[in-house]
Order: sequence, then structure tokens, then C-alpha cells
Amino acid sequence: MADPMRIRAQASGDKATVRVLMSHEMESGQRKDAAGNTVPAWFIQEVTATHNGKQVLAAEWGPAVSKNPFLQFSVKGAKAGDKIAVTWKDNKGATRTDEATVS
Amino acid sequence: MKQASKTTLALALALGLGSAWAQKSASEGIDEYRAMLQDGNPAELFEAKGEDLWKQKRGPKNASLEKCDLGKGPGVFKGAFVELPRYFADTNRVQDLESRLVTCMETLQGFNGADIAKTPFGRGEMANVTALATWIAAESKGMKFNLPYSTAQEKTFYEVGKRLFFQRGGPHDFSCASCHGEEGKRIRLQDLPILTKNPGDGVGFAAWPAYRVSNGQMWSMQLRLNDCYRQQRFPYPGFGSDATIALSTYLGVNAKGAKSVAPAIKR
Repeated sequence: MADPMRIRAQASGDKATVRVLMSHEMESGQRKDAAGNTVPAWFIQEVTATHNGKQVLAAEWGPAVSKNPFLQFSVKGAKAGDKIAVTWKDNKGATRTDEATVS
Repeated sequence: MKQASKTTLALALALGLGSAWAQKSASEGIDEYRAMLQDGNPAELFEAKGEDLWKQKRGPKNASLEKCDLGKGPGVFKGAFVELPRYFADTNRVQDLESRLVTCMETLQGFNGADIAKTPFGRGEMANVTALATWIAAESKGMKFNLPYSTAQEKTFYEVGKRLFFQRGGPHDFSCASCHGEEGKRIRLQDLPILTKNPGDGVGFAAWPAYRVSNGQMWSMQLRLNDCYRQQRFPYPGFGSDATIALSTYLGVNAKGAKSVAPAIKR
């Protein structure tokens, strides 16, 4: 199973800023290994975020996104105590969901 | 003619603007970039992994590392990083953080330390040692370096480290001091700290382990030294060898009073 994400969500005013660090190789499919064979592409394809269960973000990612990607976004109307959950799914079908409480 | 003068004016303006931009030095630009990255330092992912590895029961003896003595007593990890390398009576050696962690993995968990030392960086148990070192270092963030530096062994290591630092060799006739012995030196866009004295808070010895953005790797101090030797075209020093620990002792003692920012983030 994939390593957990680090999610920080901080409320200020009428919105909350969410910072997410994901642990993923994000292999582009353009690299070759020492033996000259192409390293198969392996990257996060879908990212979604929910605020108290209601979807607030959906993104399609590609192989150009860096290894161990960092994502930041703000959620309007989120306040302390609310739950923010982030899910990613990669091109091999692996998926991971982590949740954080807005502080 | 009018057109031509207009072009000249535009060109002059552009040049003027260009020189205004140039007033911001390359290193300031790099600093800005680092500050932007600092907020989402992926070293945090390795910290989380390291903390988990510390508490997890693993290895042939199915034990955790929670009784590991990093110099401040069994299980004490807060503040341990800024007091290493130091002399350990049980192994009768001066050890740095990584070699000490391998000792604990050997004695507590039953791993084969020699096998771990032979594993390339970033693979298998070696990757776990790096993650553990990242977490232990993070637990001393903001603390000041203060190596004990009191035993004869530690003093010998300091002197040996100093000699290694100034020892020139290899096809380029380089020493550590060639790059780290003078003010204002850099490799490409990276400023090189002077390591013959305290280079300041969060610089040099006080910045590693660090996450390397350019290759997405977590670099421990052992890997940092290993790569310095590669750049000097020296043969690779052995992992946890006396030479690397002597150098670390020299750098660590010199850094006395410097605040640790490890795990840092690098280009």
C-alpha cells in the first residue's frame, strides 16, 4: 500500500488553505534504466478533494508532475473542525485517501 | 529615422530594465525559490516514514528501536541529532547518527549491519536508515549544535577529520578545503559554506539530511559526504567508515552554536 499523504488545512477568514504532500514516484515513462530499458510510466492520474464529504476539487494529472508532488488549494466556507479528504488514483489503479481536520 | 530612434529608445529601456533585474543576485533568486519550496518540503514524508520505522517491531528479533541509545540514554531522540557524532562506550567507537542507527538495528532488531552498510543509498534497509535519520534530525529542529567533544577518541577524530578536510588528492588534486575553505565560492548557482569555522545557522552541517528537489531523493549526511568525494574524483568512502565520521566530527564541532534546520530542502 502506498505511503500516507501529509495534509495540513488551516482556516483563515471565510476560507481554509489546504496543503497536501503526496508520496509517489511519478515516473514519466521517458526514462531508461541502467540496462537501457524504458522505465514504465507510473503517475497519479486523478486527484479529488472533499470538504465534509462534498467534492470541492477534481483534477487530472499527467506524467509532467514532479515526484512527491505538493498541492495547495483553498476551500471557501471551510472552518475549523471541518474534514478535508484527499484521494489520488494512479495509472496502475492504486489509490490512497487521507483525511485531515481543519485547524 | 524616427522609427530607428524609437527602436534605440526601446532597446535602451530594455537594457536598463535588464540591469535592474540583474541587481538581484543569482543566490537571492535561489533563496526565493527555496523559500517557496520550504512550505511543502517532501522531507516530511520521510520524517513520517522514519517515525513509523522507529516504533515498528521489525527485523529477525521482531523489536522496535524505541530502546535505541543515541547518546542521551535509551529511547531519547529529542536533541540527540545536535550532539552527534560522539563517542559510545558500548561500541568503543565515535559514531554519527547513521552508523549509530545501524548499530541499534543490529543489536536490537537483529539486522546484519555490514549488509546494510553495503546496500546502495536509497535502497532496502539503507533507505530506512535515511528515513530514520531524517526523523531523528527533525526532532532537533531549531536546536543548536553542541557536540560533547570531551573524550580522547572524539579529539582524535576531530584532528583526523581536519587532516582529511585539507588532504588534497585525486586526478583534480582537490581537497574539501578547495571548495569549502574560502568566502564567496560556489558551484554553479549553489553557494558553498566555509566549513573550517561555524558557517552560521542552518548552513553546511546544520542543513543535512536534506531533500533534493532536482532528483527527488532524500540525502543523509553520509550520502552528502560520499557525493563530495565523488565530485573530487576520490574513491567512495565506505558507509559509516571512520573517515566519514572523522569528517563529520570536524564539521560538527566547528558548527557549535549553529541552529539546525535539518531536514532542509535543496535545489
